[in-house]
Amino acid sequence: MAFALSPERERELQDILTRYPTRMAATIPLLHLCQDQNGWVSEEIIQYVANKLDVPPAHVQGVVTFYTLFNQKPVGKHQVWVCRTLPCALRGAYGVIAQCEKKLGIHVGETTKNGKVTLRTAECLASCGTAPMMQVNKEYHENLTPERIDAILTKLQES
Amino acid sequence: MLVRTDYLTKVYSLGHSLDVYERQAQGYQAARKVLLTMTREQVVEEAKKANIRGRGGAGFPMGIKWSFMRPHPTKPAYLVINADEGEPGTHKDRTLMELNPHSIIEGCIIGCYAIGANVAYIYVRDELHLSKERLWGAIKEAQAKGYLGKTPFGKNYPVEVYVHTGAGAYICGEETSLLNSLEGRRGEPRLKPPFPAQAGAFGCPTTVNNLETIATVPAAFMLGCEAYSKLSALHHIADGGVRLYGINGHVKKPCVVELACGPTINELIYDIGGGILGDKPLMAVIPGGSSTPVLRADEVVDAPDEKSPMHAWHGKNVMDVPLGVDTMRGVGTMLGTCCVTVMAEGTDPVLAMLNLMQFYHHESCGQCTPCREGSAWLDRTVQKLYDGNGTTEDIALLADIANNIMGNTICAFGEGTAMPALGFLKKFKREFEEYATGTRTKAQARLTVD
Ligand SMILES: Cc1cc2nc3c(=O)[nH]c(=O)nc-3n(C[C@H](O)[C@H](O)[C@H](O)COP(=O)(O)O)c2cc1C
Ligand code: SF4
Ligand code: FES
Repeated sequence: MAFALSPERERELQDILTRYPTRMAATIPLLHLCQDQNGWVSEEIIQYVANKLDVPPAHVQGVVTFYTLFNQKPVGKHQVWVCRTLPCALRGAYGVIAQCEKKLGIHVGETTKNGKVTLRTAECLASCGTAPMMQVNKEYHENLTPERIDAILTKLQES
Repeated sequence: MLVRTDYLTKVYSLGHSLDVYERQAQGYQAARKVLLTMTREQVVEEAKKANIRGRGGAGFPMGIKWSFMRPHPTKPAYLVINADEGEPGTHKDRTLMELNPHSIIEGCIIGCYAIGANVAYIYVRDELHLSKERLWGAIKEAQAKGYLGKTPFGKNYPVEVYVHTGAGAYICGEETSLLNSLEGRRGEPRLKPPFPAQAGAFGCPTTVNNLETIATVPAAFMLGCEAYSKLSALHHIADGGVRLYGINGHVKKPCVVELACGPTINELIYDIGGGILGDKPLMAVIPGGSSTPVLRADEVVDAPDEKSPMHAWHGKNVMDVPLGVDTMRGVGTMLGTCCVTVMAEGTDPVLAMLNLMQFYHHESCGQCTPCREGSAWLDRTVQKLYDGNGTTEDIALLADIANNIMGNTICAFGEGTAMPALGFLKKFKREFEEYATGTRTKAQARLTVD
């Protein structure tokens, strides 16, 4: 079936379009809506966004490839991002990454075999004062300890 | 000198609603006063007296930036607020969005009026979901009260505020990259001129202010801008008011705290941060985000010339110099975002630099060859040294690569990569040489305090 936004997201798009003097300005917000719905940005979504906003598909493609948060291929059900940058590393981020890899049985950049969790590292997420930290889907987990990491990952694998 | 204040942070522990903001923090009174009793020109003149140095990193005087905005015969003007907060080590703007969002909305109302805009966009990095939610919540509350919309406080001067999000790119914090991103494009910085005040968002006159810069505006107008400036220990060198200071890394109590401008790094570490983990000695500090060159604990101010603005601190340890835009420039680094990263003795400086070079390599937008290739080459070369495969020539090469980036790029990301690289190389020469000669290896390298 051809990709289309859900009615609720379609309403949100109409609201978004009222905020800017151009339709192109809605490119990133609309891509976020599409990715929220589909999990990743497919060729078809690129076409869809281009049609919706009257911009060339090449423009949308260029935007998608520029920004790290747009997934250009399917990813797991849950996204785990561990901050690796210096302030977090000073508080043990490398240990957090190692623990996640071990517990999930995958390397950074991979998805668990059951498709549940994709593990990635992130650059500074503005939580350096509560380091180490990781983002799970839309939520921040700060002041991580090995016990909390274990509990968070266990829950993800079960859900 | 350490002076705690609570102009921005009073409501942090009380709640983020409009009700709390109005009752506990005299919320929206400054915007009301400005819109109902002052002309646009008066607002800009008054703002200059606050000596608010931009809180986004460069420290440009906010009032002067506002004064660059001239009414355009046909085009609208825009206020764009930079809440991309991605500079490694920076964690202050997020606290304002989460815990005092109304100060930002009120600042936007005053800012829009001052520069002749009717729309403000707050550009928030996508990952900060709670921040975005709190900002939208505050916008809805302010609209319902009639503080935003067609006639704020009954004045015929429409103001709308919108939240816009990025999608994960540090470079979008650079103001012209941010404007491209706002327009729905790749976040590649633009050549300047034209500057945003001439052609910014959607080709129209635009002011880009950092989020904390705009959030402090209501406090300045509430107190009177000169009185606000005088709260600072550095008022006499036009560095006014209060700021959020972050402290992270190897301290016992990392946090964000509001202080009158001008505390010293030692005060932040020992009086605010509770001292260093394990009571270790201090090795070094990155004063204001990863792009600001590192300071060693044993560095002393060298300004024997009585005419030097730094002479007052001649012979003192750099950690005892008040943190200010010009004082940090005076000791060869930058104040940056005012969030201090602390490294205890025992931290491996080569591994620390490698971590940061990986960051810059990952985040270069790739438009300029010296930055794209240079950041990759820096990363590879530090990695080679760290892995024990480097030579002393590689150390000289690192400095060469960094020097070739400086001044040869479209945006300040280039300097932001080269300056910290040169800082680590100069200040930790011995450790780099030990890696090159094999007397130090990565097997012992630590970034944590055990
Ligand atoms: C690579 C780079 C990243 C930047 N990131 C940010 C940022 O995350 N937040 C910010 O406010 N300013 C950032 N800046 C500075 C902005 O370009 C701009 O100077 C600032 O938003 C202006 O606001 P201010 O004058 O209130 O500080 C960055 C600059 C560069 C070169
Ligand atoms: S200096 Fe680097 S980040 Fe800035 S425009 Fe050039 S390549 Fe992009
Ligand atoms: S370094 Fe991890 S949040 Fe800043």
